[in-house]
Amino acid sequence: MSKGVLATPKRGIRELGAEELVGWDEVTQGTILETFETEVDNVAHIRPEERPYSDFSSYTATVASWRVIKPVYNRDICIDCQHCWVWCPDTSIVSRDKQMLGIDYDHCKGCGVCVEVCPTNPKSLLMFAEAEEPEVALTKWPEKKKKEK
Amino acid sequence: MAEKMQLNEVEVWDGNLAAAQALRQAQVDVVAAYPITPSTPIVENYGYFVANGYVDGEYVMVESEHAAMSACVGAAAAGGRVATATSSQGFMLMIEVLYQASGMRVPLVLTVANRAVASPLNVRGDHGDMYAGRDSGWVQMDAFNAQEAYDLTLCAFKIGEDMRVRLPVMVHQDGFLTSHTAQNVHPLQDDEAYKFVGDYKPYEEMLDFSKPVTYGAQTEEDWHFEHKARQHKALFDSAAVIDEVFEEFKKLTGREYKRVESYMMEDAEVAIVALGTTVETARVAAEELRKEEGIKAGVVAPRVFRPFPFNEIRDALANVKAVAVLDRSAPMGAMGALFNEISAAMYTTPNRPLITNFIYGLGGRDFPVSEAKRIFKEQKAHADAGYITTPIQQFSGVRGPKLGFFETKRS
Repeated sequence: MSKGVLATPKRGIRELGAEELVGWDEVTQGTILETFETEVDNVAHIRPEERPYSDFSSYTATVASWRVIKPVYNRDICIDCQHCWVWCPDTSIVSRDKQMLGIDYDHCKGCGVCVEVCPTNPKSLLMFAEAEEPEVALTKWPEKKKKEK
Repeated sequence: MAEKMQLNEVEVWDGNLAAAQALRQAQVDVVAAYPITPSTPIVENYGYFVANGYVDGEYVMVESEHAAMSACVGAAAAGGRVATATSSQGFMLMIEVLYQASGMRVPLVLTVANRAVASPLNVRGDHGDMYAGRDSGWVQMDAFNAQEAYDLTLCAFKIGEDMRVRLPVMVHQDGFLTSHTAQNVHPLQDDEAYKFVGDYKPYEEMLDFSKPVTYGAQTEEDWHFEHKARQHKALFDSAAVIDEVFEEFKKLTGREYKRVESYMMEDAEVAIVALGTTVETARVAAEELRKEEGIKAGVVAPRVFRPFPFNEIRDALANVKAVAVLDRSAPMGAMGALFNEISAAMYTTPNRPLITNFIYGLGGRDFPVSEAKRIFKEQKAHADAGYITTPIQQFSGVRGPKLGFFETKRS
């Protein structure tokens, strides 16, 4: 299974809940989870793949196993409108400098919102079975629909 | 900078104003409130202080008590000193969020003017709301008069914000009997009070953007138990810090507080255990009985209801023969909660006194000195007989036929 674009050695390296278990004397006070391993200044200006995410950040966890269908991205049709990036509830659309790059399959849960909001004809994102290879899916893309008069 | 208020050596304050003045002197960053009788004047007075420049912090009016406590938890997680006030139905609406506050280990202060819980609707004082908070993970302290409401509210910030505690703290006072009764109160001057409370020290605050943190994580069977175990231990461990803060407060003011207050217990044969203003009523009764009839009566009062002072209760009642535990809350199909906890503590001692339970004063029903004396005398009768001569749980001050439940099993 492809991990999707901009995967890093830390992203999605474990199933959610597969953290190392510790005793009551070692859990954090107030169940507070620290996002980073070190303090980070101006974090908004540092790209996710360069941030020092901790083992308890969702960044290092994968929820790919929750998915039964997944969106596949077709670069040839996409107009980089960013609708999918805006609407994705799990920040799983990866876009750089307003150019769509693809999908973070570690965190995408297969909700299909990106497909719903895609305005192109045919759509640049379509849902396929989780087991379908994206390369194969791209060969099954529908034709442009003609406007009904 | 907030204006300072020049206070007299002795002020005439009711419990509500005393609590509000303590909040002002602690210079709270955020008070989010939804007023309810009888605690309304706490936030009303506080609103006056804010409007007139005596407080630098924010005052947020919200649409319900659930929202009030939610805003408080958010502000505390963000890194501010936070407080609010409530009673009764408002307290019940806050309950869900009370557990969130303690689970997230945010130190905020809730001043409660205790009031009965509907139905039937009632605005008068009993301890139904206070009891409903007893599993919520908060430190719960109980003031018996206006001076204590002031003192304990100042102490509450210092206890909850201590890095060894970091838990929310409730300060209870009896609705109307304390909250609306004007009494002499000896306040500290503003600078002195603030110096005692100290500057707020943030911990894992959400507004530290260089160190982002998540509050309110979800845990299932793999993590939840460990977090709750740690939280429970933190609440028990707070006892040592409470003792330290009380000691420091005594050095500053000469007023002494203990997690369990004992009155005339040195040679007591019979005792009443109670909370709130009833403690003062029972003390008067004990003094009179000692003079009039030579009954060695004493009074024991948990100043700190949570963490429950298990050891201090065992010490306080180590030598008595009979104890009446008074619960001012409808127990609904059980023995009174205070009775159960006192009994559990005393069962693990060699003394094992005869312990009975009185349900009294519900919905603000008066509890006179004469009734406290009658209860003391009943304890004396148990002590002399060597067994409990009445039902174990009795209703005190209710109209109608005598109401009692369960007898001692004697084979």
